[in-house]
Amino acid sequence: MTTETMPRRIRRKRAGPLPMRSALLTGFTFGIVGVYLAAVGILLMIHGRAIIVGVLSVGQAALLAIGLIAGAVIARRERSLPAGQTLLHSAVAGGIAGAILGLLVLLMAAIDVRDIFIALSPQLLEMLTFGLDVAIVVPILVVAGAVLGVLGALLAIAPPAMRRPVLVGFFAVIVCGVFQELIQIMLQFTTGDQENPGLLTQIMSFFGGLVDGLREAIYDWEGLTLEGAIAVFVVAAGASVLRARSTRVQAATSGEVWQSRNGRIAKVAIAVLLVVLFPVLAGSYIGQVLMLVGLYTLMGMGLNLEVGLAGLLDLGFVAFFAVGAYTTALLTADSPHALAAYSSIPSMSFWVAMPISVLVSVVVGVLFGIPVLGVRGDYLAVATMGLGEIVRVIVQSDAAAPLLAGANGILQIPKPKIGSMELADPVALFFLTLVCAGIAAYCAWRLERSRLGRAWMAVRDDEDVAQALGINLVKVKLLAYGLGAAFAGLSGSIFAVMLTSIYPSSFQLLVSINVLALIIVGGMGSLPGVIVGSLALVGLPELLREFGEYRYLVYGAALIVMMRIRPEGLWPSATRRRELHDAAGDLETLEAVAPVAAPEASPPGQ
Amino acid sequence: MADAAADRSLIPRLSTLARFTFVDVILWCLRIGVTVVVVGGTIGTLIKGRYALDQWFDLVMFGLTLGSVYALIALGYTMVYGVLRLINFAHGDIMMTGAFSGYFIAASFDRSGFLESSAIIAMLGILAVAVTTSTTIAVLTERLAYRPFRHVRGFAPLICAIGVSFFLEQTFRGIFGSSIRSYPDPKWLGGAYVFGGFRIPSVDVLVIGSAIVAMIVLYLIVQRTKMGTAMRAVSEDTDAAAMMGIDVNKVVVFTFALGGAMAGIAGVFYAFVFKQVYFYMGFTPGIKAFGAAVLGGIGSIPGAMLGGFFLGLVESVGPALFLDGIGITAPYQLRDLIAFTLLIMVLIFRPHGILGERMAKKRA
Repeated sequence: MTTETMPRRIRRKRAGPLPMRSALLTGFTFGIVGVYLAAVGILLMIHGRAIIVGVLSVGQAALLAIGLIAGAVIARRERSLPAGQTLLHSAVAGGIAGAILGLLVLLMAAIDVRDIFIALSPQLLEMLTFGLDVAIVVPILVVAGAVLGVLGALLAIAPPAMRRPVLVGFFAVIVCGVFQELIQIMLQFTTGDQENPGLLTQIMSFFGGLVDGLREAIYDWEGLTLEGAIAVFVVAAGASVLRARSTRVQAATSGEVWQSRNGRIAKVAIAVLLVVLFPVLAGSYIGQVLMLVGLYTLMGMGLNLEVGLAGLLDLGFVAFFAVGAYTTALLTADSPHALAAYSSIPSMSFWVAMPISVLVSVVVGVLFGIPVLGVRGDYLAVATMGLGEIVRVIVQSDAAAPLLAGANGILQIPKPKIGSMELADPVALFFLTLVCAGIAAYCAWRLERSRLGRAWMAVRDDEDVAQALGINLVKVKLLAYGLGAAFAGLSGSIFAVMLTSIYPSSFQLLVSINVLALIIVGGMGSLPGVIVGSLALVGLPELLREFGEYRYLVYGAALIVMMRIRPEGLWPSATRRRELHDAAGDLETLEAVAPVAAPEASPPGQ
Repeated sequence: MADAAADRSLIPRLSTLARFTFVDVILWCLRIGVTVVVVGGTIGTLIKGRYALDQWFDLVMFGLTLGSVYALIALGYTMVYGVLRLINFAHGDIMMTGAFSGYFIAASFDRSGFLESSAIIAMLGILAVAVTTSTTIAVLTERLAYRPFRHVRGFAPLICAIGVSFFLEQTFRGIFGSSIRSYPDPKWLGGAYVFGGFRIPSVDVLVIGSAIVAMIVLYLIVQRTKMGTAMRAVSEDTDAAAMMGIDVNKVVVFTFALGGAMAGIAGVFYAFVFKQVYFYMGFTPGIKAFGAAVLGGIGSIPGAMLGGFFLGLVESVGPALFLDGIGITAPYQLRDLIAFTLLIMVLIFRPHGILGERMAKKRA
């Protein structure tokens, strides 16, 4: 293998016709990505969501991004070549990408393939052609691709001081445009209650008016206006420039003590305040979304104990979630399947049923772990998946229907009550989830630093060595399964009262994969990573509602991409980062430090 | 003297008993429980005598049909595992891509009446398209998703493979829609051959016959051709094979191509047996076929065939034979339960499978 790749690498450095070939290949790849997005139906779907009303949709932005990124990739790769050559290559790459999309347009215009490719619809054709004639569109696509490629390359070559404000500005516009519904709802929160004017309300309504004015300045009813977009861009870019300047000043003047202690406390306080206030301001839909995020965070923390710390890849995790949900349902529900209906066990309140559910989950987790104690590595993943599927098949079957209600599910699970107040509102349930997740996070955090946590990590790194060091593998592994299951059981218990009815179809393997994906995206073995992962993989698709159909496609892609380019996750734990970037780490820290250390001394990129 | 001898033989026995932990107790309970269900159920069913002989025969035939499909899929798992030590989690979905692409050809043949009039050419055409698609996708998957992980240890390759599986499923869902499409059902497939009172549906004959032909061809390729020899060498010892001048990359691509081709054939037949295709259809047979590969001894090609047929038989006969006897309602819903239990029992108690001693020694 080495003998084959070495000469190629040497030749590439000599810069002959090879950069051109790689430019062609890059253009081809990006063109295929565009065609793929079109064929899968994502392109048309995101075309439905506007960034700037009547000017730019997310779909169009994606097309633009294809050209820009193709150019930027080329420019990044050819940092050593003269700029003119790089720009030429970028133009070629962008042009090729455009040409491939042009071919798609020609194909769609010539024959109707909707019988097979359901996404290649006339609406998609209209989107790609902008309603113009096909003969004109193809050259336009090629030229536009080339221009975008050059722009992307220029952006990549530009010094960071120039690039950053532009990127931040674009990012701000995209966020303001895509999440316009959410932002608009939040910005108009005070306009409704004019009836009881106290001092507080008056102050609120003053700020409300201010905020409302802001909203009207940049949004109309459907979304961001063009003027609004420009304003957002300018403000964000300006803020980025100012911030870059102020951090430079701050780094020069202020001491590190303030930064590290008070600063952190303030940051945490602000974060907590935001988490608590945000759903109250944003309404019940956001409450619902955040609640789901919370439930998945709980499960993620549980699986994190098993996979991230103890190294036991468990694909049957959903079974514990199901056990928690079903135990709560059977103990509390007002239905013929509830235990109270046919046995002497009384119907309980949620507060009693929840700890019992957690306990039952722990027991099931341990029972689940015992048979697979001796199974290692990849086989363990398949074995646990088989166990999870067995649980699902049993729950779904008619044979167990007298106990578990089969496919009909268990209905009429009461909402939890505090005194006489029923926690029926999603926001109230979100706070319940938040409190549970907080307690669970504290437990997970303590566990990670405990003797048991270190034993888990030892088992993860090398089972045989861990055993030789006197770690009781059986005990440690079963504790991992049991404690992991406890988190999932708690999550399932809340899930049951959230929906007030549960069906076996809610407990599919997809849930396990979902949880696995979120801890991998967030960073294995890292608590903040779990939250980041569930916000990104559960919260985002829930907010972009039409996107829900494609969320599993994104999960699959996220697993592959994360494993390839960032195996430690978005917010890795410190140990993990060190492990994965052992050799490369030194180089990377050098690179990361360099632009901060010497921004004035020598402008990078020259 | 005799006492002393007895003593000496007794001491190790006692000490093994002392090392008998609660985990062993539970594992033994599991073994005994499964045995009791199997034996008790069988006796119960036979005493009840609810099923006539020709019904049993139908079940066995169906089991063999299903088993031959599993065997074809299991071959892909076992070959890839032999060469790369990787569970190609997406293999079931590669089978699905074959079934799906075959569907579009089959449907158009069906509309034009070609499937009815010249059955053999039509079948060959469908198989050719399915095999081409699944082989292409298998090779692309290897190139884009698995090759970067060739020398990575830990979960990363498996997690990536899970990602590939979802990606393929959801891509097909996006491109071709999420509806369940029914496979064409030509008249010649609905018939049956009758041998001395037993009725054998022609689907079964077609599927079992073609699968056996495909497996023989595969076996010859692996045993007789130069590439097949190289493949066996790589699977024996990758580094030594590379030092002997074997291009490992080429062998890996070849392995994925072979596995993909078998999966394509399996996909078409699976679709002809169950008469429908949808994007999620590959997942369950994929996992079961992996179980079959482990059962036969992963890395062993005859083992995968054997394991596939065994799994098919157990899954088809099992619900009637084991579960009906102990009075479980609607035992056919628990078909997957039997397959998964078998999978787990194999993984727990005999991870080296029936024919996998050689691999087991190397893994240890």
